[in-house]
Amino acid sequence: MAKITFITQDNISVVVEGQSGSLMALAVENGIKGIDGDCGGVCSCATCHVHVQADQMQLAGEASEIEKDMLELDDNVSEFSRLCCQIEISDALDGIVLTVAN
Amino acid sequence: MKHSAINDPFEQARVEQGYAQVSDQDDPVTMLLRLKDVRKCAHNWQTFQSGAVPGRIVVPSEVSIRTTRQIPFEVDPPLHKSFRELLEPWFKRPLQADYQQQLHQQIETLVKSVLLGEPVEVIEDFALVLQSRALTLLLNIPFAESELWISWGTHVFRSEGEALDGDKANILYDYIDAQIDKAMAKPGDDLYSMLLAAEVNGNKLSKEEIKGVMILTFAGGRDTVINAVSNTIAYFSEHPESLQRLRDEPEIRGRAIEEFVRYFSPLTHMGRVVTEDTQVCEHAAKADTRVSLCWASANRDASVFENPNEVVLDRKMNPHVGFGFSHHNCLGATHARQILSTLINVLCENVQSIDFIDGQENIEHWDEFKRKVGYHNLNVKFNPA
Ligand code: HEM
Ligand code: FES
Repeated sequence: MAKITFITQDNISVVVEGQSGSLMALAVENGIKGIDGDCGGVCSCATCHVHVQADQMQLAGEASEIEKDMLELDDNVSEFSRLCCQIEISDALDGIVLTVAN
Repeated sequence: MKHSAINDPFEQARVEQGYAQVSDQDDPVTMLLRLKDVRKCAHNWQTFQSGAVPGRIVVPSEVSIRTTRQIPFEVDPPLHKSFRELLEPWFKRPLQADYQQQLHQQIETLVKSVLLGEPVEVIEDFALVLQSRALTLLLNIPFAESELWISWGTHVFRSEGEALDGDKANILYDYIDAQIDKAMAKPGDDLYSMLLAAEVNGNKLSKEEIKGVMILTFAGGRDTVINAVSNTIAYFSEHPESLQRLRDEPEIRGRAIEEFVRYFSPLTHMGRVVTEDTQVCEHAAKADTRVSLCWASANRDASVFENPNEVVLDRKMNPHVGFGFSHHNCLGATHARQILSTLINVLCENVQSIDFIDGQENIEHWDEFKRKVGYHNLNVKFNPA
């Protein structure tokens, strides 16, 4: 079980718990504002864009080339950007804080 | 070639130079064929604009047959964003449970009605019916209205052959004019009334603007959905094992839908007008000329997609641009995805297999490129589960 914090654009912090599946699916299940997951997680829509807290980048891991290409052209991209449909939930993510990008 | 396969006529041009020039009336088009270039240009609205003369970004060009600007399609940021903010909540309604239930009921009724053992002509008697009925949900108007749209046939918005037919389009324009007048006289909770009551940047929408939104909603969601639905049926008729797999593994249905949209690419390409002298793929693109973003070609780009010419039902990484990319990405995608997902659910529940009988392919011609987008007619038999 991992505790995951999403901070939305209106600065509301929501803590949710997940065991498996993607962070996008978890966010959508919990109605996190700004995470739509339109494409269901195949890396085609970028409606699951988050910024990982700077000191937790190694927890989230590095984006693949395909994901980086998507991010490059999205609004509000930064060096801490990830598409959260590409991050699988595991215990290792416990405590991670993600700011919704849009 | 297998009957349900969709060819990729752009491969050689995409690999060798990345673009191709095709003629269209007196306004030629440079088609961009690689995924990265398509995305970059879609993103760069300053240089590759949508808000040109109405009809010009469509290929074949509609400049000589219409003056109404389609909204938000032919509007650039920042105004484009204001229109999207108004429209998006409405176009996300397919995510609501009661919408999904009604859509399920519509599609289940239709599928059960074709399970009688008689051959069915899929385009007019299945896909068009499905699309028209579903549109009543998107517009939030009575179901019975779909009968009129079905009676128009598939050709109302389609330009067959060489000439674009202005008269056919007039049926739709006159109809929408009348519907707007009706909603003005007696507002309800339909899309027309929502638009009549709305403001964008503090201003009420003009009747011409409302017309621009409604025309696009009708036209943009017609052939695209009909092609997506009929190609899906043709695919299952040739691949009973895929239907069985989706029945057994419901968890991959979402990926299968994205893969169908990638592989079928129901909308081949869409144009932009170049606003300043620039380069695409090391090729000069002059101000006031046209380029097009070829979604269909980009979706077969082997530098991104493994086995691009195969339908991989559970394709995990699928950064396709079948619904476009960036600012103008498809506003109807939520509705379209919900249609495909409901169709697949209903087929899995009710249909064992589909027999292909015959079909006449609908082939687009862009100079030397010939691309199948669907069928003029398609006859199949649905076998009950
Ligand atoms: C599988 C079905 C569909 C496909 C493949 C598709 C594809 C596309 C594509 C590629 C674009 C981008 C055009 C551009 O960048 O210039 C687009 C835009 C659009 N589509 Fe769809 N479409 C589908 C269904 C629908 C439906 C059902 C509707 C509405 C009833 C719709 C309404 C729109 C609108 C309004 C836009 C313009 C969005 C904007 O400019 O901001 N589409 N579509
Ligand atoms: S959900 Fe579509 S890219 Fe992540």
